This record gives sequence, C-alpha cells and structure tokens, in this order.
Amino acid sequence: MADELERPITLSFDGGPIPAFVGDSVGAALARAGVRSWRTTRRTGRPRGLFCGIGICHDCLLTVDGSPNQRACLVPAVDGMELRSGTWAEHGGSGGSPPGLTQRVADD
Amino acid sequence: MTETLRTRLAVVGAGPAGLAAATTAARAGLSVVLVDAGEQPGGQYWRHRPSSTGRNEHRAYHDWRTFLRLASELDGLRDGGRVHYLPATQVWFLDPPSRPGQPHVLRLSPVHGDAATRPNPVEADALVLCPGGYDRQLPVPGWDLPGVMAAGGVQALLKGHGVAAGRRAIVAGTGPFLLPVATGLAAAGVEVVSICEAGAPSAWLRRPAGLVAAPSKLVEGAGYAAVLLRRRIRYRPRTAILRIHGRDAVEAVTITRVDRQGRPVAGTERRLTVDLVALGWGFTPSLELIIAAGAETRVDLDGSLVATVDDWQRSSRPGVYVAGEATGVGGARLAVLEGELAALTAADDAGLPSMPGRTKRLRRTIRRARAFARAMHLAHPVPPAWSAWLDDETTVCRCEEVTVGDIRQARDELGADDQRTVKLLARPGMGWCQGRVCGYATACLAAASRRVLDAADLRPLAARPLAAPVSLGDLADLAGGSA
Repeated sequence: MADELERPITLSFDGGPIPAFVGDSVGAALARAGVRSWRTTRRTGRPRGLFCGIGICHDCLLTVDGSPNQRACLVPAVDGMELRSGTWAEHGGSGGSPPGLTQRVADD
Repeated sequence: MTETLRTRLAVVGAGPAGLAAATTAARAGLSVVLVDAGEQPGGQYWRHRPSSTGRNEHRAYHDWRTFLRLASELDGLRDGGRVHYLPATQVWFLDPPSRPGQPHVLRLSPVHGDAATRPNPVEADALVLCPGGYDRQLPVPGWDLPGVMAAGGVQALLKGHGVAAGRRAIVAGTGPFLLPVATGLAAAGVEVVSICEAGAPSAWLRRPAGLVAAPSKLVEGAGYAAVLLRRRIRYRPRTAILRIHGRDAVEAVTITRVDRQGRPVAGTERRLTVDLVALGWGFTPSLELIIAAGAETRVDLDGSLVATVDDWQRSSRPGVYVAGEATGVGGARLAVLEGELAALTAADDAGLPSMPGRTKRLRRTIRRARAFARAMHLAHPVPPAWSAWLDDETTVCRCEEVTVGDIRQARDELGADDQRTVKLLARPGMGWCQGRVCGYATACLAAASRRVLDAADLRPLAARPLAAPVSLGDLADLAGGSA
C-alpha cells in the first residue's frame, strides 16, 4: 500500500491532462498544476476554486466522472479520472442532487 | 429495511479529541463506532500526506508523536474489533432519543462519490462529539477572488499534499495560527511578504498567568520568532488587509495599519503584489451536531458559539459528551485531554470501572490549558470595527453572492435587526455552506453596532438540521422512517 501512494497518475481536466499522485485530492492536483478556478458563480459569473480547502465552503465544486457537485478538496485523485469545470447552472441543474430543494428543507 | 450498526458509544470526528476519545473508550471496554469525514485519522491539525505516517518529515509538527501513538492504538483496536472506524463518512442527520433508554441515531453519507452507496445508520447509547472547527472569516473587498484562501486551507494543501497554493503570499487576520501557516509556506519555497496581525502580540505578555500555566506554548512562540527572522518574513502587528485586487485571480493587496478597534489609520496604506492570500480570524467550532443533539450552548470569550459542558465533558443532554474545539477553541493538546476525559466519563456513566486518579489529573491539566486559551482569545480578538473595511459591493455570502449593501438594506430599510430576519430577506447563509463561512460576519452586520453578539444571534446560524448536503433519496428515507 505504501508503495502505491505518491505513484504518478494522470487526470483529465476539461479534456487536458493534469499530472497527479496517488494520495492527492483533486483540488491539490489542480492547484499544483496551477489551475486556480474551475467554476463560475450563478449570479455574477465570478470564477471560483479552492477557498476553505477542507470541505466546508463548497466553493470548489466540479464534476467528477460525470458526478456533479463534488468537492475538489475532498475527492481523492484516481488515475484516468475525468474532471469537468462548469457554471452553477450546469452543476445545479443537471441531474444529481438538487441543491435548492434540500437547502430549503434545511432552512425550514 | 435498513440495517443499523448498534454500539455503546459513537465518536464523531477523528482529530485530536476524537482519536483520544475513541481509543480511551475502547480500552475502557465500550464498543465504539468512530465516524470521520477525513480519508485518514488526524483531523485538520494532524493532516498529513498519506504515505508519511512512518516518516520523520512531520517531526516539526507539535505533538506528532501523540498522533503516531493514537493512530497506532486505533489500528490495534480496529484489528481487535473493538473500534469500528468509518473514514470519509459524514453525519448528515442526528436523531436524538425520543425517550430515555432509546439510542441516538446517526444517519451517514459518504463524503465524496456516489451518494447512493449510503453507509448504514449508527445507533449509539452515548455520543462523544468532537467535530472540530474551521477558520473564522471576515469579508474584505476582493476576498472572493481565486487565490484567496482560508489559512487552514492553505495549510491543508501543504500538510496533506505538499502543494503550495501560490508563489508570493501574504498571511493575514489574527491569532497564533497565522505563524505556522506563514512558516510552512516559507519552508515550501513560497515568498511570504508579510504576516498582517490585526492584534498586538505584546498583549500576550500582559497576561502572564495564562502563559505561565502552559510554558511549552511560550517556547513555541519564541521558536516562531526565530523562524520568521531566518525566513525574512515581515511580521506586522496592528495591520490588516483593506482590499484585495485582481481580475480573475489575486494580483495584489492593500494593507493598512489599524488602531486598537480595527479602524484603518489614514495615510498608512501600502500595496503589495501577491498571488496568494491566506486569511484567518481564529476558529469557528462546528456546532451543528451539538445543537441537533439538543445540547445547551454559550458564547465563548472569542465570540464563538460553543457547547456548554461540565467539568467532566458532559453536555446538558444525558449521554452526549463534547470534546475539543466545540467546547471552546483551545488547540490540539487540550483537545486530546478533553477527548480522553470525555471517554472516561462516558465509561464511568455506563457503569464501567472508573479511574478517579487519571480523571483528576486530566481535569487539572485541562484547567491550565484553558487558562492559556483564554489569554490567547483576549490577545487576538476580532477587531470590533472590522466592518469599516467593507464597501457596499463587498460579497459577504460567497454561496448566494449577497453583498454588504444587500444586508445593510435588509437591516436599515426593512428593519431586520437579527441574523434570522436578515437571512430571510437577503438570503445570506442559504447556499451550499449553510452560513458556515459568512455566518459570523452576517450576525455582526445584522446586529450592527447596537449590541454585543449573544447566543441568540449565533445559535440560529449554527443550527443546521441537515448537517451536510444530501440527496432527495436520503430525505425520502428519513421521511419514511425506518419502516
């Protein structure tokens, strides 16, 4: 297992290769590659990437192997993983969990 | 029907407090389920590269040997079937017992990946909650630009992955945590142009009682001073970031001297080119599970909402114990002691043999460490006039993109003077993070300068019936009960 850790792997980000290591989070791999943002906000279209880095803020959401709204700071990098950046509309509106609805339940 | 995992004790969190609690409780004879959001034990404080557990590269981290001891104990207890450890798992709902004798139910979901593969719920006679905390944030113009990060996030990338998030950094806010972040960056080859500390470190010296109580901490402080000098990191007390500049990412910051209240001192502005800004204003403990358990809370010296516990780590709810930052921010060493004490109390309350000698020693050490934490909180307050840095366009709620102007309008024109009403009118804290990042700032802005924040201001924004975002399927299951 220890040999396996930190073995070089490659992720795909919007079609381009991102070098990474086993043991990286997706966010760490993107940051090491110099990628600073991977989605835009819903209202003002502002770029966002890592902020809290520990799963609290949800700024770093992206699509991982077709699964939307994944926190880049928490998802472990896996060789061949396909990462996709996007806008809020794509992330919130296409399949997967419906953020608006669950949040409204949470607020009530 | 969903299967459940039945246990005498569930420990939530595998940071310093949770690791100590889980291992102590299991050794005392309780069956233990340990639930943790992390991929590996250690929490935020002992975050490390997965391959480095057996190496020496973390020797510089304080209490690393304590971590190695607890992690190896956990391994042994897992192998012996005495601790059921669930990493990368979050509690999204806590069902308190409906009547005495009933178990607490923890509903779980995976931290990442397919939400459909849900771990079984845990039913526990007792809970030790060790949720830890995260950096407290104050908004500043431009803080939503990529390249601006929570100080803890910068540290997490460094400790967990060996990644420096920029090349030229500034570290700003208040509190002793800014020091390891700055020196960690410098050690990784990042040029750290300044540490901006809004407080004055000399304030430590005015409260010697707390320092004398924890002499090793003083040595730690002196150690940082030497590193700052060697790394040529400029430490600027009574200084804050006034604005962060950039188009699509951080390009520069404007810093300013501030007075004791945090008001900018005219004519002291200075612009520095950076590509990384690390911000931290102390810590916010995670209180949602404590509130969901129905336990009482109070406002601590640092302005954070924390769990009320007795001298044995019991919360106000029978069978619910709390340890670590959630009882008051005090650092890893204190958290380990509290975790151990909470577990011994839980074992004692469950009728297992008590350890009065050990308990007494723990309580004495905890009292000393608390005195030190109090001195730190008094030396590093959130400056009362911090909102003087804001303009109406400054984003407060990053998720819903609510600005200072939106909040001021709700407050001044629509008459909302508490956080809850402001939230309903202007929507801060209603996005993905549920107010974890902007909650403190929103409460301050809602209350304006009219009064000091109390628990009634803070509790509504720490209460999150759903402790993590979940799918409709999870909610449907909840609505259907265990039928």
